Amino acid sequence: MDILVCLKQVPDTETKIVINPEGTGIVTDGIKFVMNPYDEYAVEEALKIKEKSGGTVTIVCMGPQRSTEAIRTALAMGADKGVHLNDDAFEGADSYSTAKALAAAIKPLSYDIILGGKQAVDNDNAQVYAALAELLDISHVSIVTQLDIADDGKSAVAQREIEGGAKEVIQVSLPAVIACQKGLNEPRYASLPGIMKAKKKPIDVIDLAASGLSADEVGQKGAKLKTTKYSLPPEREAGKVLEGEPAELAAKVVKLLREEAKAI
Amino acid sequence: MPQGIWVIAEQKDGKLKKVSLELLSKAKEMGQEVTALLLGSGVEGLAADMGQYGADKVLVFDADVLKDYSTDAYTKVICTAVKEGDPSVLLGPATASGKDFLPKVAARLDTGLASDCVDLKLEDGKLVATRPIYAGKCVVETVTPDSSPQMASIRPNVLAVGEADASKSAEVIKKDVNVSDADLKAVLKEILKGASQKVDLTEAAIIVSGGRAMKEADNFKILWDLAEALGTGTTVGASRAAVDSGYATHDMQVGQTGKVVNPNLYIACGISGAIQHLAGMRTSKVIVAINKDPEAPIFQKADYGLVGDLFKIVPLLTEEVKKLKAQD
Ligand SMILES: Cc1cc2nc3c(=O)[nH]c(=O)nc-3n(C[C@H](O)[C@H](O)[C@H](O)COP(=O)(O)OP(=O)(O)OC[C@H]3O[C@@H](n4cnc5c(N)ncnc54)[C@H](O)[C@@H]3O)c2cc1C
Ligand SMILES: Nc1ncnc2c1ncn2[C@@H]1O[C@H](COP(=O)(O)O)[C@@H](O)[C@H]1O
Repeated sequence: MDILVCLKQVPDTETKIVINPEGTGIVTDGIKFVMNPYDEYAVEEALKIKEKSGGTVTIVCMGPQRSTEAIRTALAMGADKGVHLNDDAFEGADSYSTAKALAAAIKPLSYDIILGGKQAVDNDNAQVYAALAELLDISHVSIVTQLDIADDGKSAVAQREIEGGAKEVIQVSLPAVIACQKGLNEPRYASLPGIMKAKKKPIDVIDLAASGLSADEVGQKGAKLKTTKYSLPPEREAGKVLEGEPAELAAKVVKLLREEAKAI
Repeated sequence: MPQGIWVIAEQKDGKLKKVSLELLSKAKEMGQEVTALLLGSGVEGLAADMGQYGADKVLVFDADVLKDYSTDAYTKVICTAVKEGDPSVLLGPATASGKDFLPKVAARLDTGLASDCVDLKLEDGKLVATRPIYAGKCVVETVTPDSSPQMASIRPNVLAVGEADASKSAEVIKKDVNVSDADLKAVLKEILKGASQKVDLTEAAIIVSGGRAMKEADNFKILWDLAEALGTGTTVGASRAAVDSGYATHDMQVGQTGKVVNPNLYIACGISGAIQHLAGMRTSKVIVAINKDPEAPIFQKADYGLVGDLFKIVPLLTEEVKKLKAQD
C-alpha cells in the first residue's frame, strides 16, 4: 500500500507561550519544536501497515525550513521519503489554506490511505484532515483508536472515540483520511541506524510554483479565517491551602465548596 | 446578501443536548433571526420547544439515514440547506460529531471555521470568535471577512443557557432529506458502549481526577464513589501518568493531549500539576487539589488545596458530601 502521513512540526507541549510585541503571534525564538504528538501515532500506524502489507510510507509536511527536522524524525522511525511544502507563501495558513496546499501536493501522488493526527497541538484546529479529505473528494474518520485494513486494501474498519468512552465502529472505503488518536498504538523511537539511514532518504521540496497554486490561494492570503487578536488568559491565583487532620480537611472543604464557592 | 444566524442543534436518544440550548441562547443574543437545524430520526417533537430558547424557526431533517450520526450524510444535508438558505452565520457544537462534520462542511462551502470557541459576538454583522490555542495557554480572536457563512463550533459547557420563555414556540419547517447510499463512503457498523457510560468529561459539571498517586486501577473506585456522592453530571478523569500506567483508560485523560475540560468543579487527587495537565483543566471554575506534597505546583492553581494523603482524605470527603446531600 502507498501510505501518506501528514505531519506538522509544533512547539513542544512544555513551551511557555509569550505573545510578540506587535501582538500578531507568539514569540518563536528559543522554542523547541517537535513532531505534533498525535502525528507520531500516524507515523507508527503507517509503519505497521507497511510491515504487514508492504508498500511505501511518504511523509507530507507543510512548514518552514525547521520542519525538516520533524520529517527526518519520521524517516528515522522508518518512513521512506518526505515531501516538504516549504515557501514563505505558505506561512500564516489557516486550516483551509493548509488543506489546500496539502491537497495540491498529494493529488499527483499515488495513495491508498492518508494518516494524520486528530489535532495539531499548536492551533488546536482539529480540521485539516477533514478539509483535506473533502478537497480530495474522499472520506475521513476522526479520533481513531483502532484501525484494521481489509486484505484487499479497498476498505478499512476504524474505531472512532465519541462521548463517554463509547466508540463508533466505522467502515470506510479507501482511500480515506484517518485522524489518529492516542491509544491507537505506541509510537516507536528512532533507532541509531534508523537515524543514520534517514540522512540519505529523499525529501522533495515543493515551493509555491511547484504546488501549482497561486499566492492568493495559500498561506495567510488564502486563509478564510483571520486572527485579529492574541492575548494570554488571566493567570489563576493560588487560593487557600487548608491544613489539619484529614477529617477536618474534608469537613472544611465541603463547607467551603457549598457556602463560599457554591460549587456543590 | 447572507442573512440570519443558523444553529445546528445536537440531540441524543431523542433529547436535545444542553450545548444546543447554549448555542441557541447565544444566537438569540445576537439580535438576528435564529434558525435551528435539527437532524435525526423521529426527532420532530423536539422542534417546537426550541423556540423557548431563542429559535424563531426550526428546519427539521427527519429520516432513517439520520438515525445515527454520519459524516457524509450530515455534511450533505447541511451544505444543501446552507446553499439554499444562505445564512450569514452557521454555528454548531464542538462535540465528537460536531468536530467531525463542521470542518468538512466548511471546506465544501469554501469558508472558514473557528473551531472549539469559548465565546462569540456579532459586531456590525461580523462574527468575532474567541478560541483558545496551545491548549488554552493563549487566546485568539478570529473573523471570517471574505467568505460565507461565518462558521464557528462552540465548546460545550461554556456558554450560559438563557431563561426559557414558555410563551414562545418556533415555526417548524419539515425539510426533505436527499441522501442516498452512494453518498455514504463511511458507514457506521456499531457503537461500542463505554465502560463507564457516565457523562463525558467535556460535558461534566464536576470532575474527580486521579494521578500517578492512585497506584493501581482498582484504587480509582474511591474516586468513582466520590463522584457518585456528588451526583449526576459528575465523572472521573485522570492524568496522563495514570493513563500511561494503565490505571485509567485513554478517554479519561485530561490535558493538552487529552481532553480539555471546563467543569464547575475539578478535584485533582494525587496530580502534581504539570503544564500539560493544567492546560486541560485550567478553565475549571473551582479547583480543589489533594496532594501530600505541599510544594506540588497544582497548589499554585487551586482554589482550595488540601495537603495530605488522598487515600485518607477522599473517602472522608465522600462521607461529608453524603452528609451534606442528605440534608438538602
Ligand atoms: C507531549 C506530552 C504531552 C502530555 N500530555 C499530557 C496530558 O494531556 N495530560 C497530562 O496529565 N499529562 C500530560 N503529559 C505528562 C505531564 O508532563 C506529566 O508527566 C503528568 O501530568 C504527570 O501526572 P501526575 O501528576 O499524575 O504524576 P506525577 O507528576 O508523578 O505526580 C503525582 C503526584 O501525586 C502526589 N502523591 C503521591 N502519593 C500521594 C498520596 N498518597 N496522596 C496525595 N498525593 C500523593 C505526589 O506528591 C505528586 O505530586 C504530557 C507530556 C508530554 C511530554
Ligand atoms: N502544516 C501541516 N503539514 C502537514 N500536515 C498538517 C499540517 N497541519 C495540519 N496537518 C495535519 O492535520 C492534522 C490536524 O491538524 P489541525 O487541523 O491543524 O489541528 C495534524 O495532526 C496533521 O496530521
